[in-house]
Amino acid sequence: MGGAMAILSLQNVSKSFGALKVTQEVSFDLAPGEALGIIGPNGAGKSTLFNLITGNLRPDQGAILLDGRDVTGETPMQRCASGIGRSFQIPQPFDHLSVYENLLVAARFGGRLTAAEAPAHCADILRRTGLAALADRKAGGLPLLNRKRLELARAMATRPRVILLDEIAGGLTEGECVELVATICDIHAQGTAIIWIEHVLHALTSVVSRLMVLNFGRMLMIGAPDAVMAAPEVREIYLGIEA
Amino acid sequence: MIWLDTLVQGLMLGGLYALFAAGLSLVFGIMRLVNLAHGDLIVLGAYLILGIGTVTGLNPFVAALLALPVMFALGWLLQGALLNRVLGEDILPPLLVTFGLSVVVQNALLIGFSADSRKLPVGPIDAQSLPLGPVTVGVMPLLTLVSAVLVIVVLNQIFYRTALGRAFRATSDDPVTAQLMGIRPRSIFAMATGIALVVATIAALYLGARANFDPSIGPARLLYAFEAVIIGGLGSLWGTLAGGLVIGVAQAFGAALNPEWQVLVGHLAFVAVLLVRPRGLFPRAND
Repeated sequence: MGGAMAILSLQNVSKSFGALKVTQEVSFDLAPGEALGIIGPNGAGKSTLFNLITGNLRPDQGAILLDGRDVTGETPMQRCASGIGRSFQIPQPFDHLSVYENLLVAARFGGRLTAAEAPAHCADILRRTGLAALADRKAGGLPLLNRKRLELARAMATRPRVILLDEIAGGLTEGECVELVATICDIHAQGTAIIWIEHVLHALTSVVSRLMVLNFGRMLMIGAPDAVMAAPEVREIYLGIEA
Repeated sequence: MIWLDTLVQGLMLGGLYALFAAGLSLVFGIMRLVNLAHGDLIVLGAYLILGIGTVTGLNPFVAALLALPVMFALGWLLQGALLNRVLGEDILPPLLVTFGLSVVVQNALLIGFSADSRKLPVGPIDAQSLPLGPVTVGVMPLLTLVSAVLVIVVLNQIFYRTALGRAFRATSDDPVTAQLMGIRPRSIFAMATGIALVVATIAALYLGARANFDPSIGPARLLYAFEAVIIGGLGSLWGTLAGGLVIGVAQAFGAALNPEWQVLVGHLAFVAVLLVRPRGLFPRAND
């Protein structure tokens, strides 16, 4: 656990809301540049796990390490500055800011770029995420696909080394999903590590090299996607929700 | 021509109300905090200018320049040490705390400066006037209105053209997500309140130069400021300027009809605007 190679390491992390154990003794290492997928039924504690990694929630037990350094006590701002970026399941852009300004805020504060550096960085991301034509639009009025793109773009603007994607493909059409997966592959190809929670399995497995299954807050299994999806206990859970 | 004169005088009085309101509007727009001590902090600013002027012998305009950084620091500390602790989902704690602060500031000023009325001695400029077309306007009232417009322009520039302003707006939209973008809402809020008290100091200069002040007049200034913010539409700085002007003009016409009606007609105008436009003249698109 917590080997020198891991960029992010969770060690026996547990979290309860009252009597409800939403995260139970979860441990895993993420290698630099790795793409890890997380699946599991609704209420399995997937988004809670992200909240623990970003620092929006503090674990009751266990430790979270970034580059081998214990960041369990750090605030979301500090962890953002240390290289953790996040996109939300329900896009939460700053509605009154333009698309470009949403990225600028992320680049200046989270990405620690100067006023001179930030515009080029943001313009590059706008282009890569297909948002360049919408740069001056208010984020509040965007349709779902573009809100999802913005969510991804804004997380990229903070210059993360680990990016957390929470059901980013959910609610999209097949064509839209393909576009978004291409963007995620592009981010991954540039060396950013990814943890991706997703119900759209074919999108997920086209990017990730490892798959984790969460159920009732516990890590049921982690390993190569094919092996995990073939496991009887996983099939049982997934037949339950996909039937 | 008497009506035109009344209108012009009203606009300039409205400039003062807009200055009262701008800081309140800024803070409310960014952190949804209604600072009930805002009027008292303006009066505190007036006493600070008076104190600096008395000790150093400087003109109130210069004394006000020296007071600006002091008031910024006070606002920054006030937010960082006190108000940040009570901000949250529940809007009641900040209301109670700023109400308490209002009482504290009034009583501290009473102990420090007594209940006597004071005025800032701005010198001969107080009596000077300019012919402006068919009407004659006082130099100080004109400066007040010009300052109000400048303050709104500068605040808008900060709000829409700087990294700090984008952080203000991002935090206002969603403080939790702002943290994930590396923004510290607490330090953003402290900057905002610091800037609000800088504007309050400018308001204090014109308040103290225009008429007598004493430690008890803060709450009435707060009321005018509040009405200006509501008339303009919550969160809109240009709306706040417009709101101040509406109250100023209404008061001037009220006073022209009957000097006892000045304040009443201002309040009636406030009610009238709310009847027609419940969300103010320039409401934000989605609040």
